[in-house]
Amino acid sequence: MSGAIGGGSPAAAVAPAPEPVADERLANISLWARLMRRPEVGSLLGALVICVFFWVTTDAFGTLSGIANWTDVASTIGIMAVAVALLMIGGEFDLSAGVMTGTTGLLMGLLSTEWGFSMWPAILVTFAFAALVGFINGYMVIKTRLPSFIVTLATFFVLQGANLGATKAITGTVRVAGLGDVAGYDSASKIFSNTFWSPHNFRLSLIWWIAIAAVATWVLARTRVGNWIFAVGGDANAARNVGVPVARVKIALFMTTAMAAALVGIMIALRLSSVQAGQGVGEEFTYIIAAVVGGCLLTGGYGSAIGASLGALIVGMAFIGISFSGWNTDWRFLFLGVILLLAVLVNNLVRHRAEGAR
Amino acid sequence: MTPLLEVKGVSKFFGNVIALKDISVAVNAGEVTCVLGDNGAGKSSFIKILSGVHPYDEGELLVDGESVRFKSPREARERGIATVFQDLATVPLMSVWRNFFLGSEPTIGKGPLRRIDVKFAQDTMREEMRKMGIDVRDPDQPVGTLSGGERQAVSIARAVYFGAKVLILDEPTSALGVKQSGVVLRYVVQARERGLGVIFITHNPHHAYPVGDRFVILNRGRLMGDWRRGTITRDELVTKMSGGAELDQLTHELERQLGAT
Repeated sequence: MSGAIGGGSPAAAVAPAPEPVADERLANISLWARLMRRPEVGSLLGALVICVFFWVTTDAFGTLSGIANWTDVASTIGIMAVAVALLMIGGEFDLSAGVMTGTTGLLMGLLSTEWGFSMWPAILVTFAFAALVGFINGYMVIKTRLPSFIVTLATFFVLQGANLGATKAITGTVRVAGLGDVAGYDSASKIFSNTFWSPHNFRLSLIWWIAIAAVATWVLARTRVGNWIFAVGGDANAARNVGVPVARVKIALFMTTAMAAALVGIMIALRLSSVQAGQGVGEEFTYIIAAVVGGCLLTGGYGSAIGASLGALIVGMAFIGISFSGWNTDWRFLFLGVILLLAVLVNNLVRHRAEGAR
Repeated sequence: MTPLLEVKGVSKFFGNVIALKDISVAVNAGEVTCVLGDNGAGKSSFIKILSGVHPYDEGELLVDGESVRFKSPREARERGIATVFQDLATVPLMSVWRNFFLGSEPTIGKGPLRRIDVKFAQDTMREEMRKMGIDVRDPDQPVGTLSGGERQAVSIARAVYFGAKVLILDEPTSALGVKQSGVVLRYVVQARERGLGVIFITHNPHHAYPVGDRFVILNRGRLMGDWRRGTITRDELVTKMSGGAELDQLTHELERQLGAT
């Protein structure tokens, strides 16, 4: 390819082009149609409905402390949902994303409490480890051409087993505790897990979430890499034909997801100053649900980081709203199921519209 | 005049299967070379050699008179040979402008603020599509909402914009209806008039005849003949291609039947 942008066509002089014919079947693009084309519309409406519902029916939900509460739950889910959404737009799944938050938390905990690392080096090693696991996931998916569903399911079980086995073998219990006594704990907490705006106590994870969602939105909408992410998920063959580095993009997405899991794992570990060996198991589905509710297609190539964030917000509001309402929190799973089903139905419709009547 | 692209005595073997044997074709600027053949005639192997997907086993491939051996499709593209694969060229869910510049996005800004120049991309895409006679009113429209013919046009316009000298169209009309096929044929003529060498691969002589300057027929991996426009009639082309009057008769009967339902 010539590569020279603007190098353009050599000969505009020859042969006048036929006059463009306006297609009379194409109605003017209204603002409404543009809006409906956005992936996050459904989740925005859903979030508003749920917010208003709990705001009206419970007292605590609308207070600043209440808001701090549900944004906290939404934030750790949201960080992951954004990463998982990028991966899904790129056409892949990561079922190990949930257990990875446990693995990374445990690793940081063991490094710092058992093996003499102070907190910051432990955090660095943990991120490097996550990047490696993400790379392995991506590399295996690319090399074997197996569905990422299967490959990361294997990773999921490997990590789940390793979490329990290693924690029991090393600590003799099913948790790693005592992170609060490690050098650097305070400074790390100031970055990752403390609260701000007392007495309402919003969590720093909220700021991280907003920042990550903003960066992801920028990447998707305005950068070359973002264009490539949509392309490798939408049609990997077509992308390859025009020179998009498909393997590199996909592997990078797996690495991003794993490192987001490390961030969340570190946040939770620092917050509680301990980590349970079973931490994060089952959460992967919450992330996927948040991403799908936010408009990501399971088949890839479509979605947004803002949508995934709204999906996470819905999950967070529902979890806390249900407990504020005095219901048993077990009902939240039923709620998640219903929301997921609705979202998938809406997404199907959207996809149909976006792809045209074919 | 040196042909833009020329193959001389090219052969391709897959194990003990002879996919192509001793093929010689020259593609000139401003000409449409139609490569015709039935299924299994070797059309795909032929395109894949030209576009750098497969290496050839015998003979020679010349670009601007210079002997080359492509190691990858990318190399072929860098030499100005662009291939538009049917239905493998665009991402349906992505907008027209994103598809147009996919893989070669224009950027502005530096470092972390380096971003796609969206306005330039949208304007350029509209301008290039207008040159092909298509008015894209909404650059954010997903390519999937375009008709099959318009999607081919996006691929062709993109190839031309990025400096293709030779355009290889792989069965661009085979999945399209009659009217849409007509639209694509117009783009073929247009690419020719802009000075490109076009290789139009098809199994439909009725599509090839109106636009072709040269007709090359492949049959069972061998070159059956090479005619210039005016030295062969449409009926002869149909007959030669289908391998006999009998098959021709059958084709027409079937077409009538299909047309009647």
